[in-house]
Amino acid sequence: MIDKTTNQKAWFLVLPVVVLVAFNAVIPLMTVVNYSVQETFGNNVFFFEGVRWFEQILHSERFHAALLRQLAFTGIILLIEIPLGVAIALAMPKKGPWVSVCLVLMALPLLIPWNVVGAMWNIFALPEIGLLGKMINGMGIDYNFTQQPVAAWFTTVLMDVWHWTSLVVLLAYAGLSSIPDAYYQAARIDGASSWSVFRYIQLPKMKRVLTIAILLRFMDSFMIYTEPFVLTGGGPGNSTTFLSIDLVKMALGQFDLGPAAAMSLIYFFIILLLSWIFYTLMMRNEDQ
Amino acid sequence: MRNTKWLVPTLYILFLMLPIYWLISMSFKTTNEILGAFSLWPQEFTLENYITIFTDPTWYNGYFNSLTYVIINTLLSVSVALPAAYAFSRYRFLGDKHLFFWLLTNRMAPPAVFALPFFQLYSAVGLFDTPIAVALAHTLFNIPLAVWILEGFMSGVPKELDETAYVDGYSFGHFFIRIFIPTIAAGIGVVMFFCFMFSWVELLLAKTLTSVAAKPIAATMTRTASTSGYELGLLAAAGTLTIIPGAIVIWFVRNNIAKGFALGRV
Amino acid sequence: MAKITLDQVRHSYIEHPEGADDWALKQLDMVWSDGGAYALLGPSGCGKTTLLNVISGLLEPSHGRVLFDDRDVTDISSDRRDIAQVFQFPVVYDTMSVFDNLAFPLRNRRMPETEVKRRVHEIAGMLDLEAVLGNRASGLTADGKQKISLGRGLVRSDVNVIMFDEPLTVIDPHLKWQLRSKLKELHQEVGVTMIYVTHDQTEALTFAEQVVVMHDGAVVQTGTPVELFEKPRHTFVGHFIGSPGMNLLPCEVVDGIPDFLGYRVEIAEPVQVPAGARRLEIGIRPEFIRFAPEGLPVDIIKVEDVGRYRIVKVSHKGQPIKLVTPENTPVPEGGGCLVFDKAMTHVYADGWIIT
Repeated sequence: MIDKTTNQKAWFLVLPVVVLVAFNAVIPLMTVVNYSVQETFGNNVFFFEGVRWFEQILHSERFHAALLRQLAFTGIILLIEIPLGVAIALAMPKKGPWVSVCLVLMALPLLIPWNVVGAMWNIFALPEIGLLGKMINGMGIDYNFTQQPVAAWFTTVLMDVWHWTSLVVLLAYAGLSSIPDAYYQAARIDGASSWSVFRYIQLPKMKRVLTIAILLRFMDSFMIYTEPFVLTGGGPGNSTTFLSIDLVKMALGQFDLGPAAAMSLIYFFIILLLSWIFYTLMMRNEDQ
Repeated sequence: MRNTKWLVPTLYILFLMLPIYWLISMSFKTTNEILGAFSLWPQEFTLENYITIFTDPTWYNGYFNSLTYVIINTLLSVSVALPAAYAFSRYRFLGDKHLFFWLLTNRMAPPAVFALPFFQLYSAVGLFDTPIAVALAHTLFNIPLAVWILEGFMSGVPKELDETAYVDGYSFGHFFIRIFIPTIAAGIGVVMFFCFMFSWVELLLAKTLTSVAAKPIAATMTRTASTSGYELGLLAAAGTLTIIPGAIVIWFVRNNIAKGFALGRV
Repeated sequence: MAKITLDQVRHSYIEHPEGADDWALKQLDMVWSDGGAYALLGPSGCGKTTLLNVISGLLEPSHGRVLFDDRDVTDISSDRRDIAQVFQFPVVYDTMSVFDNLAFPLRNRRMPETEVKRRVHEIAGMLDLEAVLGNRASGLTADGKQKISLGRGLVRSDVNVIMFDEPLTVIDPHLKWQLRSKLKELHQEVGVTMIYVTHDQTEALTFAEQVVVMHDGAVVQTGTPVELFEKPRHTFVGHFIGSPGMNLLPCEVVDGIPDFLGYRVEIAEPVQVPAGARRLEIGIRPEFIRFAPEGLPVDIIKVEDVGRYRIVKVSHKGQPIKLVTPENTPVPEGGGCLVFDKAMTHVYADGWIIT
């Protein structure tokens, strides 16, 4: 690694970054903290309220419900996307002309604006008009994601899998590509089965990439807003109202500044906490 | 067993292409056909949806607006991230580890948390409804990512390169632009790709910070879905057009995709 | 134990090879006898790793057959050829302990656990790994890991050949000789055929009983280290082996005796120059030249003191020659006369020996 020299003048190099990020992060966060401990009835008049909003949120059933939905959603998609992404990466050829083509096609969903993803799946899954909707109903299953919570969940999960699994595939593939051939050759000579090769060579060598994949998917799915919002609007009813959707409804829809701010802080804190836990758990295994 | 392994990526890609195909096929159908009869491909092929988009300013301006802030954001993020990444890569300074970590935590911040505060902040500084506002707002997420990735690439370049240049009499600016940057050109490409990607796809902040003048295509599309009933064909055409910039960008970096996703430090 | 026969083996990495350059391995017919310690020596790109992989079965040759004890194994995969291979960088299963690493090949072959335990301890003892058997393999140093790689090969009692592909590449220099001696010791103890690929002549010459020198995909000479030193069959061998390498002096052959720029060089027996030979050279190693009162007149250019001997660079009519003189032998000032050891002077036609 690079032998760094100590030089405080380096601060000048990081200054533009600090200014920009601070502008966007510190000022708004201060605003949020401000609101979270105050009450207003309009006209820019504020009263200090202490932790009232925090208590309200933490005890609110609406928040609990949204949080539970969020945890369930994130849990489900992690359980599907990570193994699926790894499996696809394992099945891909190591070299050859098809590799580029595959990677390009797989990357496509990642670059579609999130509202288009939502709109696309909306059109795709509509019961009478959409291909998927027609197919499922055609199989005899009564399917309408605009009216049935289960169908809405199914569609939302499927959409996310469609949208983001490729990220896991690309990361896993990069990790796999870095394993030198000699490992596979040695395993062959040792008489190892494909399962052993996966368990003792491929999986350990992919550890770092997988950690990044899991962290990224966890964070991004926990913050998800646009795609489910465009697809279902949070419904039917509240069934697919995840944390971000609920927060925006509160902040921009109802203009409940205080509770929204308190919820924002709690939300951010939850993500930081869970991310830190995930990260520590995964890194701990490496050092043992 | 070996011979059927290709089935897995093939089926997966088919799965990926299906909704996209459906979208494209819808874009060539008339609203009547969409709502009336179900068909796998357009029976009455029509270009009227696309014509609407290309001739109606409210539509095509949406694309320009989006592209504008994405490009501004990418250029801005990369240019401020470069010196910062260099500093993290080559120097130790007071608070450097904490600063780096703080930058990364911003990537973990839910955009929803910032929706209202940004709305107020950017209105307060008079930038509401401008592409600059969205470009600046997106730097909150893109700059930390850019710094992280660039630092990874820069750490792969030995310090001897810098030292040789100074011995040869180059000024810092000259060295940085003429020598250093070409060395990490691949890394810069990767970063620009990711900045473009995150800024192009993000909707919540883009919508929140704009209303008419700088309205991105995403906002125009949502308006269509709610106000004029269900002009699905038009919506599909608009959506299809948004896929094109992404496809072009991927095509350009296709050779570096796997490498890029290794992020230089994985 | 196995005798390995290579029958008309050729290999090209390209689908439709055209010129000679497309062949990584040119025609090879050779027999490796049971229990020998061989070295495959040559510069990078000479085909030695290709040859190794053909023998071990990791690579199927484009042409020819590989036989173990007269059994055709060309189509048989590596894990059924009863071979072991140690690679350039240590290949260990990071998540397993050292014990489990060594036990892995045995467990894959469904050996009973008591047997496994016995074998692992036996091999660990030979390799001085007893103390770390319980540790995680990833925690060992590079040489420790290479020992594990080696151990995985030794632990199988059915192993006929162990192949080493430049195994000391990542080992610290001061540990290299230790590992090398250990390998030699193991060879004597276990008696398994060992084939050791390297580009380092010291490694090859100290380890092997027979050295196979390769150049450009072909075997140039096979012989004991002494043979290679005293009678290189090709100028490449003369130049590659020895430090400094053999002197090559352009000459003409007159009545079977070489003539070096007008000076007649004595050799053991007159040579016959093959028809059409274009380049004739005298090959003489610096170790076999000495100063004498009379002989080939030369000017002294430079004297390098290397410690226990000196390398003297001289020149005769502009042609540089190097010789090695022991520490206490005086070097004449300015100029002198050289005498070549008759038995060690060779003549080469187009690179190949004709003496």
